[in-house]
Amino acid sequence: MAAHDISLTVNGTEHRLTVEPRTLLLTVLREELGYTGANFGCDTGRCGACTVRLDGEAIKSCLRFAVQADGAEVETVEGLAPEGELTPLQEQFREHHGLQCGYCTPGMVMTADTYLRDAEAPTREEIREAIEGNLCRCTGYHNIVDAIEATAAKRGEER
Amino acid sequence: MSETDASTEDRPSEGMGAAVSRDEDVPLLRGEGTYTADVSLPGTAWLGICRSEHAHARLVDVDTSEAEAMDDVLAVFTGADVEDSGVPNTIPTAWMLPGLVTPQYKILAVDKVRHEGRAVAAVVAESVHAARDAVDRIDVEYEPLEFATDPVEAVEADLPPVHDDAADNVAFDFELGDADAVDEAFADADRTASVDLRQPRLIPNAMEPRAALADWNETTGGLRLWTTSQNPHLHRMLLSAGTLGLPENRIQVIAPEVGGGFGSKIYHYPDEAITAWCSMQLGRPVKWQASRAEGYLTDCHGRDHVTSAEIALDDDGTIRGVRVETHAGLGAQLSQFATATPSYLYATILSGEYAIPAIHCRVVGAFTNTTPVDAYRGAGRAEGIYVIERLVDVAARELELDPAELRRRNQIPPGEFPYETAAAVVYDSGEYERAMDVALEHVGYEELRERQAELREEGRYLGIGLANFVESAGLSPSGVAGELGAAAGGWESSIVRFDSTGTVTVLVGTADQGQGHRTTYAQVVAEELGVSLEDVEVVEGDTDRIPQGMGTYGSRSASVGGGAIARGAREVREKAREIAAHQLEAEADDLEFADGEFRIAGAPDRSMHVQEIAAEAYLGHNLPEGMDPGLEVTNFYDPENFTFPFGTHVAVVEVDPETGEIEIERYVAVDDCGEIINPMIVEGQVHGGIAQGIGAALYEGGAYDDDGHLRTRRMDEYAVPHATMLPDFETDTTVTPSPHNPLGVKGVGESATIAAAPTVVSAVVDALEPFDVDHLDMPITPETVWRATRGGE
Ligand code: FES
Ligand code: FES
Repeated sequence: MAAHDISLTVNGTEHRLTVEPRTLLLTVLREELGYTGANFGCDTGRCGACTVRLDGEAIKSCLRFAVQADGAEVETVEGLAPEGELTPLQEQFREHHGLQCGYCTPGMVMTADTYLRDAEAPTREEIREAIEGNLCRCTGYHNIVDAIEATAAKRGEER
Repeated sequence: MSETDASTEDRPSEGMGAAVSRDEDVPLLRGEGTYTADVSLPGTAWLGICRSEHAHARLVDVDTSEAEAMDDVLAVFTGADVEDSGVPNTIPTAWMLPGLVTPQYKILAVDKVRHEGRAVAAVVAESVHAARDAVDRIDVEYEPLEFATDPVEAVEADLPPVHDDAADNVAFDFELGDADAVDEAFADADRTASVDLRQPRLIPNAMEPRAALADWNETTGGLRLWTTSQNPHLHRMLLSAGTLGLPENRIQVIAPEVGGGFGSKIYHYPDEAITAWCSMQLGRPVKWQASRAEGYLTDCHGRDHVTSAEIALDDDGTIRGVRVETHAGLGAQLSQFATATPSYLYATILSGEYAIPAIHCRVVGAFTNTTPVDAYRGAGRAEGIYVIERLVDVAARELELDPAELRRRNQIPPGEFPYETAAAVVYDSGEYERAMDVALEHVGYEELRERQAELREEGRYLGIGLANFVESAGLSPSGVAGELGAAAGGWESSIVRFDSTGTVTVLVGTADQGQGHRTTYAQVVAEELGVSLEDVEVVEGDTDRIPQGMGTYGSRSASVGGGAIARGAREVREKAREIAAHQLEAEADDLEFADGEFRIAGAPDRSMHVQEIAAEAYLGHNLPEGMDPGLEVTNFYDPENFTFPFGTHVAVVEVDPETGEIEIERYVAVDDCGEIINPMIVEGQVHGGIAQGIGAALYEGGAYDDDGHLRTRRMDEYAVPHATMLPDFETDTTVTPSPHNPLGVKGVGESATIAAAPTVVSAVVDALEPFDVDHLDMPITPETVWRATRGGE
């Protein structure tokens, strides 16, 4: 299969690499570049464990071929907070026990982080809809909704 | 009642009972958790597995030549290759029952395949793509055979058996209880009620697919295996004694972060065995990761019961007896606990919270041409509590009694504990009515009943459902389990070690998959030794670091693992006390211990901190006569009984008979898991458990089609609930300590899954009372409701 040369900027660092056309963005991030935060959960776009940001938009990286991301800016969960720290959203996940096994968590955090950019004072129902594409088998979602709600509320207070 | 978070005022800061945030969260939130698939070794080759497309077929030929000739393919192996290599090649069952038929379960199939997804051949290639491509080119010629996927059909229809040594497909025919006493109870009782029900197969769907990375070292004859395991030591033992025959002391099994298990990662599967075997053949690291589709087809399923159940009562509601007959599907091969789950874990809980003088249960364990069935969260107890709670609901209708009232009249009173049930177990402690009252009061039961009556006038259908549950947790007292057929012990082992500079390292044989052991165990140590959480490091999941262990399943970690840690820490404390007494020139008995400090009673200025004593213990310059240096204790804790958590859950639903839609308005859970180590984590376990129970009640349900293919094989066909499919949860706890556990804890990992399914079914059926609906089988979909409200057409 013909290989393609692509360039990807991940969390601000540019990478040039050669990929097979069928190689998924998720696979490149995990296997080639070592960003193992995004997880493989279904590879059919149903679970959201692989969610990253591509040019500012939260996407499922198992549904993109790496070649489609040529020239794009990718953000992964590793890039959210400085080394050893947590973002306010991540803090709230911890505070509210919004994670157990943590496997869905990087994807969940990326989806929620992206959602919260535009959501002012979301209702619990709206939050549930926003994370509908991210499955969690451990938490039952209640505490994840709490974490997102609390983040929005805190941010509201600070404004 | 805490609705949003578990923080309580006035809580202890770090020890038992404190809602401390989890130590494990920061790396996980930063994407720095290391799961099996995240581990890489230089020179790793990839494994692909060719799986049966048939439910039942003779393997006429497995032609691997085309696959072998492909670029980047290193080797292709069949079942015959594994056989010829001379390894023991047996995945054993870990629980024997009288008369059990135990057909050999090999790593790769030879001669026959007995379920769709059965591993037939393995490809090792330079890349995951190459491995998958080559799998597609393996040419397997099958001669399809007739099959049965249903446990009743498997036994009753005249079909070629799954295994020749079980001509009628009966693996075991199990009985528990006193059949004569039950006959008498039924003859004497005023009334009887019955229900026929099915509990469909559930597919665990941990978010992390199973995976393995094997690294064989030809020079040392040692195997390192990273795998998604709930019990790495059990994996080590089974790899040694069952599949590969390597000496146990040459196998290292590492379960790094594990992304959920729910039972599915207890078992030794063909997949990690073949991964390791291939590494041994090629002398290279070999990696395998299941696709989600492989997970659906091969992760052990749960449940699959077909049951007829009857209850006998007097007119005043007193339960006199219960009779249960169940066909349990075991799948095509006996997974490790496949036999224990539908027998002892099921029949022994049929008394529920109630004083029932006579119980009899018969279970026919049937081989079927399906994925093996084994323990899934709630295992056996979930099926049993579902049966008794459905019976009680049906009986309440029969007696025209309020279902809560009927339950109340039969609950075992607090003064009766320890209470021996007619189902052969001794409940350790319980205050059943108290938990039920807390739940009913919180939900406003009386007012809800009034509102229900009013809404019915308007043609709206509100349903109020409840379930009481008891769970046998804390698997398990080894002697008891051994008498009943277990092939492994039920103890847990810990090493509690003060390091020479005063930190504490705890090694323990349980294995976390999201439960937060590192945090809760550290709290136990902080409580017992008076050190701060920061000074405690808990290590799990690596058989080379932790010498012995049994793993995490059966809601055992807090009670059995925690028990082993508490006992170890107490022994450490006593040795420290001896050293302190020696150096302070006092009697050991005169020393008081608080906040990590040993003080001479009445002379508060003469004291020694336990961390200072640790340094002395390793220095060894000034120890009591005859005392060995060091401050470390290995403890094996074998519980004297199971623990029996309990509680009451209540659901309020509204059902729309026009569309069949069900809306859960409220879900209230009151759990009693004994003493609580960390209320935040207990609440999290309850939340997740409820989600899986609601999933079973309304959405999930694995099914095979007429061709023996799994019809629910993808996430859009088998609905793992997403966020809009579940309500907010309202939780509370009562505390009834276990009298025999060192910490008084009972465990909470499975409780809510056990409770939630019968609770939600009870609520939907309650809503549909005006339509004369007495029972509906799970999953209760809108279609189920729509049909039921139209007289079942
Ligand atoms: S792995 Fe991408 S959505 Fe599941
Ligand atoms: S925390 Fe385990 S899947 Fe979400």
